[in-house]
Amino acid sequence: MARLTTISGRVGDFTGGLTHFDVEARSVRALVRELEQRFPGLGEFVEEQMAIAIDGEIFQDALTAEFGADSEIVLIPRISGG
Amino acid sequence: MSDGNQGGKLKVVGQRPIRPDGVDKVTGRAQFGADFHLPGMLAGRIKRSPHAHARIVKIDASAAASLPGVKAIVTSVDFDRGASGEVEAGEGHTAIREVAENCLASGKVLYVGHAVAAVAATHPEIAAEAIDLIEVTYEALPHVIDVEEAMAPGAPLLHADLFTKGVNPKPDKPSNIALKSVMGRGDVPGAFKSADVIVEGRYTTAAVHQGYIEPHACVASWGADGQSTVWCSSQGQFLVRALVAKILGMPLSDLKVIPAEIGGGFGGKTTVYLEPVALALSRKCGRPVKLVMSREEVFLASGPTSGSVMDVKIAATKDGKITGAEMMLAYQAGAFPGSPVHLGCMTAFACYDVENLALVGYDVVSNRPKVAAYRAPGAPMAAFAVESAIDELARKLGMDPIDLRLKNAVRDGAKTVYGATVKSAAFVETLEMVKASAHYKTPLAKGQARGVAAGFWFNIGGESSAAVHVDEDGGVTVVSSNPDIGGSRASMAMMAAETLGLPIERVRCIIGDTASIGYSGSTGGSRVTFATGMAVVQAAEKVVADLKRRAAETWGCDLAMVEWADGVAKCADPSKDAKPLSMKAIASRSAKTGGPIAAEVSINAQGAAAGYGVHLCDLEIDPETGRSTVIRYTAAQDVGRAIHPAYVEGQLQGGAAQGIGWALNEEYVYGKSGQLENASFLDYRMPVASDLPMIDTILVEARPNPRHPYGAKGVGEVPIVPPLAAVANAVSHIVGERMTSLPLSPAKVLAAMAKR
Repeated sequence: MARLTTISGRVGDFTGGLTHFDVEARSVRALVRELEQRFPGLGEFVEEQMAIAIDGEIFQDALTAEFGADSEIVLIPRISGG
Repeated sequence: MSDGNQGGKLKVVGQRPIRPDGVDKVTGRAQFGADFHLPGMLAGRIKRSPHAHARIVKIDASAAASLPGVKAIVTSVDFDRGASGEVEAGEGHTAIREVAENCLASGKVLYVGHAVAAVAATHPEIAAEAIDLIEVTYEALPHVIDVEEAMAPGAPLLHADLFTKGVNPKPDKPSNIALKSVMGRGDVPGAFKSADVIVEGRYTTAAVHQGYIEPHACVASWGADGQSTVWCSSQGQFLVRALVAKILGMPLSDLKVIPAEIGGGFGGKTTVYLEPVALALSRKCGRPVKLVMSREEVFLASGPTSGSVMDVKIAATKDGKITGAEMMLAYQAGAFPGSPVHLGCMTAFACYDVENLALVGYDVVSNRPKVAAYRAPGAPMAAFAVESAIDELARKLGMDPIDLRLKNAVRDGAKTVYGATVKSAAFVETLEMVKASAHYKTPLAKGQARGVAAGFWFNIGGESSAAVHVDEDGGVTVVSSNPDIGGSRASMAMMAAETLGLPIERVRCIIGDTASIGYSGSTGGSRVTFATGMAVVQAAEKVVADLKRRAAETWGCDLAMVEWADGVAKCADPSKDAKPLSMKAIASRSAKTGGPIAAEVSINAQGAAAGYGVHLCDLEIDPETGRSTVIRYTAAQDVGRAIHPAYVEGQLQGGAAQGIGWALNEEYVYGKSGQLENASFLDYRMPVASDLPMIDTILVEARPNPRHPYGAKGVGEVPIVPPLAAVANAVSHIVGERMTSLPLSPAKVLAAMAKR
């Protein structure tokens, strides 16, 4: 299973402070669904307000992006700019 | 698609054509937000709070309404009170309700200058008189300006419903701390326990304004059929449309936003202040309304960036390897949550490969104007603390400051603390080029000192649209979806010309309004050359494919036998007696080969590559006055590939100039009653041309971005990150003690020198 990590304290508001856990999903769309099921509200929060680093590459608004069973998934705050 | 690594074959990209907007701007012909006029247009004015924090008891506009010439008055009740949801703006997601509340306060005013009402009248003088006639009854409340005071127990609370996010369990009492952001890895206590050397310090920066020359300005016209139009200067016409429509409760399709020329934004024009107010006024009276901020209003009511307090502590071995670091960052958010503190945490050590890190950030509201994005939001403050501490470490170890940074620099494959893996990074090459530069090798004169500092910015991609239209004479018009702030009309045209094989003179670029081009994110985050540029190239590639198809049909040959080079189709089939067909030849007969030749592409661009900068600052100080004078400055940057090098150099120079001002002079000064005391360019001291030397630049093109067709990385954010520390490090060396509080005003420097 892919390993999910978060560096965002706001994700902890949904997970009860859990920052590392395994996920069954193999795409961002499936990940969002899985997170929503396990931690109600988190899937929507991730979809709307987070970026996702998949094996080190940052994706924003990329529901179709896929990843492998050994992938490292990191939830990070969305990156914007001036 | 091409792969970004084709430097030797390029004919347009990398050249320096004359900037397409230059003549209009220097002759005053360019149409900025305030230049637009419509028949029957009214003049608007805003009524603003004199209090830093107060409850609005009553607004009585009856006297103003009866003044001859007054056509409309609005307050917050004229907004959609149920407006909810969020919109992605400069510093991240912004709650619509808070944007509306910032445009026109309802229950409370939260800073001096907070808008409470607006008037539209037949003449500006009448509008100004009417504003004075509006009577607002306030119940003054205790206020708090300073970030640490706002965090302290018992501080006046701005929002009764604000509970600190990112804390588990959820707090049961409201607070001015909107968010606690924690990130880190490794064994930080262990790193400090085994360290040979430790440096630590507390660093502070003042709130500073983006300082764009053009104030916020707009014209809004409510159509009798419900179709409305807003003309304004902003960093994103689609963002303005979304915010205005949601605040006024109207469908997006009923509002067209036409981007005007923009006189600087630097992140500060990634939100709205006037536009929903002007349209609400127009809706009430049925006439177009213009609103223009004065410079004082710009300072009082439009976003500066956060002031900050930071504690940083670094552990290292005696040979200069940084083994661990911890950092606390507290950023002012202004009246509503949303400082870029999380970006400060993510960028603070992004230049360095540090195994053990612990960062905690606090987003803190106080009775100041709501902060807005400013180039590389959150990063310059964090870099000031970290790069000052690293300079301190180099001094302590007796190491060359560039060698120390080289020893710890990130290289491809390194893991950042925020989860990304470093790719296509040329930080090492940038450091090496600076070390080899004539500037670094030049000895300093007596009384002078040199500061070195580095900086990082992610750069982003995102949603962008572009269209390429071939004119009947073979020329090309590119329609971009992003306002041109830093030269994107030139770079878009150049990338299209390169792809089409045309000379740049045959390609023009315009900026589309919200009804004439597909959606795009704002011009910000150094995303446009990368993301919108990618859309332009893909649209141009579609056009080339169409041109080749038409040529093949004209010649009756296989499509695979058609080559496109230098703007001409050539047939590679030796059995055909086919003369080459130019763009002009094909375009002039487009009606006979399928109709107009055009393509539009909308994408969500991924794969933006981060950028790194290294700056050198030589400086001297007048011992009589404490005034610092920058005598030589070099900005070097990992730029991927520069599409138009002169514009890229301009970005580096502009960022450096703004950062130097941040370091030496700029600050918001508040009085005891929460009044901003320097709301003018006379008292808010930004650097002018005569303050600075020519800023030299080094464009490092060692690692083009392989995810962009021409190798571009964003370049506009990085150059404001290193200057704060580069300047402060030089000042510290002259003064003889670490200068930790910006700005380094003459009074502050003189006081430090007097202690020695």
